[in-house]
Amino acid sequence: MNHFLDQFMFVALPYVCLFTFFLMTIYRYQMQSFSYSSLSSQFLENKHHFWAVVPFHYGILVVAAGHFIAFLIPRTILLWNAHPLRLYVLEVSALAFGLLTLVGLIGIVVRRFSNTKIRYVTTYTDWILFAMLMLQTISGVGVALFHPWGSSWFASNLSPYLWSIVILNPDISFVVALPFLVKFHIVLAFLTIGFFPFTRLVHVLVIPNPYLWRKPQVVRWYGRR
Amino acid sequence: MNVRSQVSMVFHLDKCIGCHTCSVACKNIWTDRKGAEYMWWNNVETKPGTGFPTKWEDQEKYKGGWELNGKGKLEIKSTSRTKIIPNIFHNPHMPSMDDYYEPWTYDYQNLFTAPEGSDQPTAEPISMIDGQKIDVQSGPNWDDDLGGSPIYAENDPNLEGLTEQQKLQLSSVERLVFFYLPRICNHCLNPCCVASCPSGALYKRGEDGIVLIDQQKCRAWRSCVAACPYKKTYFNWFTGKSEKCILCYPRLETGQAPACFHSCVGRIRYLGVLLYDADRIEEIAKLPDDELVEGHRSMILDPFDPEVIANAKKSGISDGVIESAQRSPVYQFVMKWKIALPPHIEYRTLPMLFYVPPMSPVQASRDGDVINHISDNLFHDIDESRVPMKFLANLFGAGHEGVVRYALRKQKAVRWHRRAETVGDVDRAMADRMLQEANCTREEADAIYNLTSLCTFEDRFVIPPMHREQAIEMMKEPHEHRTEAGFGFVGGPHKGL
Repeated sequence: MNHFLDQFMFVALPYVCLFTFFLMTIYRYQMQSFSYSSLSSQFLENKHHFWAVVPFHYGILVVAAGHFIAFLIPRTILLWNAHPLRLYVLEVSALAFGLLTLVGLIGIVVRRFSNTKIRYVTTYTDWILFAMLMLQTISGVGVALFHPWGSSWFASNLSPYLWSIVILNPDISFVVALPFLVKFHIVLAFLTIGFFPFTRLVHVLVIPNPYLWRKPQVVRWYGRR
Repeated sequence: MNVRSQVSMVFHLDKCIGCHTCSVACKNIWTDRKGAEYMWWNNVETKPGTGFPTKWEDQEKYKGGWELNGKGKLEIKSTSRTKIIPNIFHNPHMPSMDDYYEPWTYDYQNLFTAPEGSDQPTAEPISMIDGQKIDVQSGPNWDDDLGGSPIYAENDPNLEGLTEQQKLQLSSVERLVFFYLPRICNHCLNPCCVASCPSGALYKRGEDGIVLIDQQKCRAWRSCVAACPYKKTYFNWFTGKSEKCILCYPRLETGQAPACFHSCVGRIRYLGVLLYDADRIEEIAKLPDDELVEGHRSMILDPFDPEVIANAKKSGISDGVIESAQRSPVYQFVMKWKIALPPHIEYRTLPMLFYVPPMSPVQASRDGDVINHISDNLFHDIDESRVPMKFLANLFGAGHEGVVRYALRKQKAVRWHRRAETVGDVDRAMADRMLQEANCTREEADAIYNLTSLCTFEDRFVIPPMHREQAIEMMKEPHEHRTEAGFGFVGGPHKGL
């Protein structure tokens, strides 16, 4: 791939997407907070919902957390992987949760397509998002299958690249040599982040953490207390 | 003592004629919108019947309300704090549209566009969700006036504990009996919906106790729908937000009764302030089933008690509200006369809507004879009325008959007292004896009669000053507010971005 395209894909695009992400997320939260909703469709269809939504969420949460941990503590991951058995355990569980995500996502798309009521409440944005997530999950599973050992080379190559983006000193030498499937996965990841604030995905940002601490009853007064 | 005021309600079931005017008034004002078509913030059910959503009282199915766990702590049945995290993606006890009904309209256009033929064109029912033709299987009030009893009335969860004979009598020809149960949000003191919301979007207004859902904060986690045992929070399938009865607070704030109250043809609805002790909510909600009704009453405070008044002022309750509480018709029915009872208090949400249980025709099947009204037991027909006492007790007494029997006896005594007064065909001494046995005096009976039968608009609705202007003054200059008020959402609520 030529130099210019690499620069565009791994420097310009990430910044455009991240900028869009932060700007739009904050703008939407401030100006359109009514639109922040998971837009659950459980009410319209309650039987297949469980078998699609639950595997997808548990799968994607673990996979996303894995990516994030490898980004945060690459050294620890490399140390963990120094022992082959531990490496296999990590890789196999990553693949398992990736497949769980894929199964859930297929369930979600089939459910949304086959039930006319749910199809009616599914917007074009949703379909684009599902296509992106589907490609992302398939490419992720593909990477796990065909380019071992991802947990190690993520820590050694991708983590430094991502940090170079964070500290505003992008260094793409870590990623240019990676196989096409991995590059595709990275580019699509940034595109998804950029598209994120325009979709129902914003519900991820309003996870209800205070619930576990707050008093059971909520009382609001005019101005006081 | 932490005194708070609550706009409370009494529905006098003996006067309800089941006309559904309340439901229609509410529907026209609040829920005639996309995503809300199926919602009935106010609905009227025929009892015995399964209600709306179907069998809402069956908490084995819906898991609504509170329960006492092994350690004696109150926990939400559906999704307690520990259960919400693993279940947030799929609420295990969420009712679906099938439990309510799929809203539909008719394909009227076909009447104009159908090709010429030998048959009359018809307007077939089409779904209001996806526009597809639907085969209508159920709808609101599908079992109105006992329609489809074998499917609906016979499955009423309140029939639990009745003998087979009692159940048979309820549905046997020429002995059929039913009454109406109009329902709105109870604006509970210990609302399960509020406690269950992961986002903290639901709240109780401090000044008047109205329970609302902050539409800006609701994220469609759906916990409130599952948690409310009365199934009075609804999920808007279009906007992805939960909605519920708002007790027409914009009307209350401008001194008008809520639409369902205002339009009530039978004049069964009463509205007024009750003062209560907010420090005792948890203690009362934990009481054993048979002490709940009395316990609930014990936390409602006497608005004439100087100590209560002093504490109310200390809590910032204005003189106008205290004065309004003193004139409250709800206080009369619930506290003074004790003839209004909370619905299903065993759900432990401490509802603030009270029902005067309905009188029903006397059961005439006893040995095939006409029942003699004058017997040693003056109230035998209360115990032998066509609606079994146990059924009413399941609805209004957490399964215990005492409080219901008290309310019905007093109502009967009032009738006999008034009959002795105005018609004169019953013995005065007998009427007095009945009053005495029903724990009632002539004065009290006259007061009950007046507020039941001769009540004016002002008697029924004692709306407290809501002091909205004070709330506005805290935020901004009132004149500035006036020029900006009344616009609501810019562009109206819609789905997603």
